[in-house]
Amino acid sequence: MKILNKRPRGPKKLVTEASQTFAFSRRAFFLGSAQLGVGGLLIARMGWIAIAENEKYRLLSESNRVNLTIIPPRRGWLIDRGGKPLASNRTDFRVDIIPDRLQDRERVMAELTSLLQLDANVVERINEDLEKAAGFQPVQVADDLSYEQFAAVSIRLADLPGVAPAQGYSRFYPAGPSVGHLIGYVGVASAEEYQKSKDPLLITPGYKTGKDGLEKSLDKQLTGKPGARRAEVTAHGRIVRDLETRPDVPGNPVRLTIDAGLQEYAGRRLGTQSGSVVVIDCRSGDVLASASMPSFDPNSFSDGISHLEYEMLSQDEHLPLRNKTLQGLYPPGSTVKPMVGLALLGQGIDPEQTVGCSGSIRVGNAIFHCWKRGGHGGVNLHRAIEQSCDVYFYVMAQRIGMDPIAATARKLGMGERFALPFPSQSYGTVPDTAWKLRKYGKKWESYDTVNATIGQGYMLVNPTQLAVMASRIASGRRLVPHYLAGRGHGGEPLDIAPEHLALVHDAMRDVVNGNGTGRAARINVPDILVAGKTGTAQVRRITMAERAGGVRGNASLPFKLRDHALFQGFVPHDNPRYAISVVLEHGGHVSYVQDSPMIAGDCLTYLYDPAKALEKLDGIEKEWGGTPQERLERQLNEYRIAKGLAPVSDESNAANAAGGNVAAPPPPAEVEQPGGEPEAAPEPPTAAPPAAPAPVTVPEAPR
Amino acid sequence: MREVVPESIARLPWKLYGLLTSIALFGATVLYSAAGGHLMPWAGMQLARFCVFMVMVEIISRLPLKLIRDFTFPVYGALLLALILVELIGAVAGGSQRWINLGFMQFQPSELMKVAIVLTVARFYSLLPIGQIRTVNAIWPALGLIGLPAALVLLQPDLGTAMMIAAGGVVVMFLAGLPLRLFIGTAAAGAALVPIAFSFLHDYQKNRILIFLDPESDPLGTGYHISQSKIAIGSGGTMGKGFLMGTQSHLDYLPEGHTDFVFATMAEEWGMLGGVGIICAMFLLIRWGMRVAQRTEDRYARLVAAGLAATIFFYVAINLMMVMGLAPVVGIPLPFMSYGGSSMLTVMLCVGIIRNIDRNRDKLGGRWG
Repeated sequence: MKILNKRPRGPKKLVTEASQTFAFSRRAFFLGSAQLGVGGLLIARMGWIAIAENEKYRLLSESNRVNLTIIPPRRGWLIDRGGKPLASNRTDFRVDIIPDRLQDRERVMAELTSLLQLDANVVERINEDLEKAAGFQPVQVADDLSYEQFAAVSIRLADLPGVAPAQGYSRFYPAGPSVGHLIGYVGVASAEEYQKSKDPLLITPGYKTGKDGLEKSLDKQLTGKPGARRAEVTAHGRIVRDLETRPDVPGNPVRLTIDAGLQEYAGRRLGTQSGSVVVIDCRSGDVLASASMPSFDPNSFSDGISHLEYEMLSQDEHLPLRNKTLQGLYPPGSTVKPMVGLALLGQGIDPEQTVGCSGSIRVGNAIFHCWKRGGHGGVNLHRAIEQSCDVYFYVMAQRIGMDPIAATARKLGMGERFALPFPSQSYGTVPDTAWKLRKYGKKWESYDTVNATIGQGYMLVNPTQLAVMASRIASGRRLVPHYLAGRGHGGEPLDIAPEHLALVHDAMRDVVNGNGTGRAARINVPDILVAGKTGTAQVRRITMAERAGGVRGNASLPFKLRDHALFQGFVPHDNPRYAISVVLEHGGHVSYVQDSPMIAGDCLTYLYDPAKALEKLDGIEKEWGGTPQERLERQLNEYRIAKGLAPVSDESNAANAAGGNVAAPPPPAEVEQPGGEPEAAPEPPTAAPPAAPAPVTVPEAPR
Repeated sequence: MREVVPESIARLPWKLYGLLTSIALFGATVLYSAAGGHLMPWAGMQLARFCVFMVMVEIISRLPLKLIRDFTFPVYGALLLALILVELIGAVAGGSQRWINLGFMQFQPSELMKVAIVLTVARFYSLLPIGQIRTVNAIWPALGLIGLPAALVLLQPDLGTAMMIAAGGVVVMFLAGLPLRLFIGTAAAGAALVPIAFSFLHDYQKNRILIFLDPESDPLGTGYHISQSKIAIGSGGTMGKGFLMGTQSHLDYLPEGHTDFVFATMAEEWGMLGGVGIICAMFLLIRWGMRVAQRTEDRYARLVAAGLAATIFFYVAINLMMVMGLAPVVGIPLPFMSYGGSSMLTVMLCVGIIRNIDRNRDKLGGRWG
């Protein structure tokens, strides 16, 4: 041992020194081994992360690096039977904020507010959205901007970190209010929808889902596949470079059975009435028009309707928010008489047998009146339908009883549930003995039959069912209404004898073209005759006292108490092609021009001679205060003034119009005046019988 | 023997210096990439510092070891005073502070204390009569020498550096030959005391530890560092994404990618290959230090050499465990690789002193066995 030689020390100490050196050596070796162990551990750990879990971390690194922005898919168009757009897309300039990239929110918001003239409500909404927004998810500032506003923001982008101008698409309905209920509208997906599916597409600005009508029920077909914009971004959200972008796949266009021109015409022709027009093709069941007025403008609904406009619409007693063609239920009134006539014939009643009408008849303890105070004298089936004689039907219906009548009514589509692409519809009631027993636990009485034969009492239909009844009477076939093109079929024949149909057809022809109650529905088209049946549905009870003193005219009644005015019919009478129903809620037969027969006549004229029909409409529409669109805007302005708010100024209207015009079809107001010949003088309706006093020609159902 | 010495001098340092230069050059390469393919601001500066410190290493190695030994306690005392001064300045300024501004540079006494503690504890045991090594006298002064600076640094608060100071001192105690049961018993007691110690930590320190245990619980806060670092290392794979191709570092997802998390920056571009290379190179450096210690007879010198090698080891091990998610984020840089003067100065001091011991070994005493 060298130490021993070099540094001689005491033996005891020597041993200690040596043992210490041994200890150091051992412990240093242990330390080195521990270090080696840690080194091995580190390499193993690195191998685990970098090799075993490489896939996972590679994905995470990739999702860090690449920022995906969803491009909302363009919505498929809704086109009419001829390919004309009922709902299309137009270029829309919008501005969003990406919350993650936003710096100095106060200043940016102040600048945007002045650039885009945002009002306080909007600013509040944006601030709220920003509070709860998560990261990269853009928050909408404004859409439907004019090109000038869009450009003003775009050139200041360097001073507005986090602000993202974008060019998107918004839904456009060229016909405006006339298609409101039929097509529905689109809107931002609701929070519940997002909670349910968690699809990030739903909260992408610019993405809208169908909210009502066909837009809602056809949503799946209309929604395309979203595209994606990929960009390499830094952790601070700065885009380094754009990677390849996957374009969106637009939704499929859906072709409807609707005739856009007729649909719009019907909407306009309903004028100031609260009513509906349904037109069905008698060869296929195609619904050519389904108009419910007044309506809302789906364009403004799709842009996010103002609270005020919604309030105004929901308070309107003309119910612009209800689709009356499917959700409105009305007693059909005398429009059921052709149906009852078929039931009578089916039960073997001789059509030539006459009933003497003296103006009233006693049934049980009650007196039932005919609408004509003096009575019709002797009437057979033909005259009873033509003149709408109530007493004939009171008498005859009691002979066969209610059940055959109810069976015929169902055969013709009353109370039937059709599978239609609409979120909700009302089905109505066809009462019979079993129904009353089930519903009220009471026996069916003969006065119930009497009421039902003139379409009063328990009987309820919606306007679409009324049009189906017209089409089935016209064709003798089991037509089913539908809205999507290419599904039409003639339907199987109903078991109704052709000669019975012919009898009823002839009577209906004479309602309009003979000496009947529906002469206002006559059309001025060569060789074409309309067949139809008028109807009046009471909504109030006429007391004996009132009847004695003279029934009050509808014009003197408040709107809600006026009678419903109905019409159903088809054209041409001898080879039915189109069937129609017109229902005016509380129409009351107050105005001859705005009564159901003439509206039906004009709509049917449009099918044969659109120019003539439009010429007449352009004239009378001026008296009503313009197109539905114009009247709706005026109504909103008046409402604003009544609420003490400033009316929407012309300037901002002009700005909106300018915004809409960029790369887009002309706004609805212009669409509605094709040809644009303002000097064309409004001609008096020549097709209508001259100066017939309106209320006189219309039946009045007594009780 | 005299003829052998110059030969070994001529042989050893070139291997060592070659190793150091390789690590430093690789570190500069990574910093070059971290700066987006530029020498400035990091890579060039780092290389310049390295050159200066290499000269310093050579100078230190030529000092008499006696000088270092005799100045051990004064330097320790001065650093202790500086640590107290830092506390006072911090208290007056109303915030925590870790450095004293000397005007021309910021002086961080806790950094130098990592070296000084090893020298001091080694000096203490070299002065202790060998017979008392198994008595209480061998324990409490050393604990005091370690505890005082560690406590002061913990107050700053700098958990990582305090841990390194304590670990450096304790390793020297271990090597000095204190009874093993002391360490085993303390480790057991320490494990039992962890919950209590935990309650004395600052909230942000507690958070770091909690989040270290579950980084995904706070993906945007403190856990973000660890998550992003693991993503960088993990996505590098075996061969890496390629020089200048790292996305985590270049797109700023990896925080502190040029300082504490430089290993992740490296691993993303060089993969497992680069990682194993660095770990092996660091191991060679540490093994050199441990070998010098084993070959040295002098008690003070061999404790110093092994203690300083252990200090370098702690740097590397804590940093790598941190970036790989095996330890909480405590702010310990990776020697030679992380950008920064203080840590390189400390490590180069360690290298210089070990080198000095290696040179002067024969003057201190002959080889053992």
